[in-house]
Amino acid sequence: MKPISVVVGAAAGLAASALILAPASAQVEANSARYIAANCANCHGTNGVARGGMPSLAGQKKEQIAARVREFRDGKRAATLMHQIAKGYSDEQIDAIAEQIARQSMGQ
Amino acid sequence: MTTQVFSRRDMLKLATAGVAVGALGACASVGGAKGKVVVIGGGWGGATAAKYLRMWSEGAIEVTLVEPNRSFVSCPMSNLVLGGNRTIEQLTTSYDGLRKRGVNVVHDTVTAIDADKKQVRLASGTTLPYDRLVVSPGIEFMYEGVKGMTAADAETIPHAWKAGPQTVLLRRQLEAMPDGGTVVLSVPLAPYRCPPGPYERTCQIAYHLKTRKPKSKLLVLDANPQVTSKGPLFTRVWKEDYAGIVEYQPNMAVNEVDVRGRTFVSNLGDRIKGDVLNLIPQQRAGNLARDAGLVTANDRWCEVNWMSLESIKVPGVHVLGDATLSAPGMPKSGHMANQHGKAAAAAIVELMNGRMPSPPMMANTCYSFVDDKSAVHVASVHHWDAGKKTMVTVAGSGGVSGQDRSQWSIEGQFAWGWAQTVWSDMLT
Repeated sequence: MKPISVVVGAAAGLAASALILAPASAQVEANSARYIAANCANCHGTNGVARGGMPSLAGQKKEQIAARVREFRDGKRAATLMHQIAKGYSDEQIDAIAEQIARQSMGQ
Repeated sequence: MTTQVFSRRDMLKLATAGVAVGALGACASVGGAKGKVVVIGGGWGGATAAKYLRMWSEGAIEVTLVEPNRSFVSCPMSNLVLGGNRTIEQLTTSYDGLRKRGVNVVHDTVTAIDADKKQVRLASGTTLPYDRLVVSPGIEFMYEGVKGMTAADAETIPHAWKAGPQTVLLRRQLEAMPDGGTVVLSVPLAPYRCPPGPYERTCQIAYHLKTRKPKSKLLVLDANPQVTSKGPLFTRVWKEDYAGIVEYQPNMAVNEVDVRGRTFVSNLGDRIKGDVLNLIPQQRAGNLARDAGLVTANDRWCEVNWMSLESIKVPGVHVLGDATLSAPGMPKSGHMANQHGKAAAAAIVELMNGRMPSPPMMANTCYSFVDDKSAVHVASVHHWDAGKKTMVTVAGSGGVSGQDRSQWSIEGQFAWGWAQTVWSDMLT
């Protein structure tokens, strides 16, 4: 029963904030992820398609992208600067960015 | 559950963060938002905002971009032209990519912004109505702080701090200078556009001298007490690569110029004569920002609400890029202006649909070339602090290149790749 009550609680919280701000919540979250993923586009290209030898992210799965960013963040993979950038994003943000880029590059 | 990027609590805080959802929400609807946005200035901030407004509104927002120049010339990488390592053509991109995105690109000059009537007047006589306005005006040079020199004298003593003809002019002067000559570079007191830029320029001019006219000297007069960005990296390069060529003098501002005598006069009264003089003056927000009443800080910069990049003074007008009063730790860089453009575009799409914008996140990366192929970087990540109501650097994020020089040639490849990718991100 516990997992269910957690879900209900979250839904209630959602409803409460919706009443105050009147956002279309799913839309707001999707747009927020789309926006934050564009933080990466300067170096990795619009929708993850890079130019001039920079690593493209397009075509990679969400899990691959998220795992790679965490490796940079945690010092488990050598980098020139990605370890410094990766430390700027929360786990939730890393997952949202990875999901967004994976979905964009699938053409969805 | 869908992934939640920001907590509900963050979203609630926004309600008190001064973000006003415009009345435009009434005439806009999800998926079918109609609305007009005019973007003034097709540089790093404005071009990015124009493109992303078209993308993220899925074509529902009409976007007009007003830019006098026929093509975009990148300031980042333009020091490489001075070093003889790139040509200005390699830094030039047309605005056709934005046209393909459905942006109405107008090559004209804005003569007035009427924020009450929500319209922009152009030199051609055209009036452009808007629902929201994006102003990315760049910088204006404060020659009023330099005795004996006016903006017109930049034809002989270039700033080369806006890429294009000025870059080419300074390059020609460097080419024409005989071996054994002296170049003098004057660096303004911070804040100015591109914190590491003057020191990258030092490296590029020194590279040219070392490879083409090694008896020459480069004297750097810095108004700041020390190198303001990547200091240990630059000073190491000057010592290891450019010893005998670069002479660096901190705490020396140039506040007078004898144009005919080709001489800088310092704040201490020193007279420094040079064969090639490069004065980077102090800067403020572009004139357009001042004329529109957007300048609110020190008579120089535009304060914005970082949630939406909207002016704190003029409703419905969003200001981007170097013209803004930077948040703590936030550099005036092209990369950052691009991130401003995306934050503003995302916020405007939400506002025009009657929704609150999400809190912004911005990352910055600045590469500086220290010779023909090696580069060093500074990077940072900035997020919205609901308590402080501004952007702050994310604790633990960011940093500069390591001291292992073998990595710098790899970074040089990344730096040129970065340039090509970010130009594409703005303009195609």
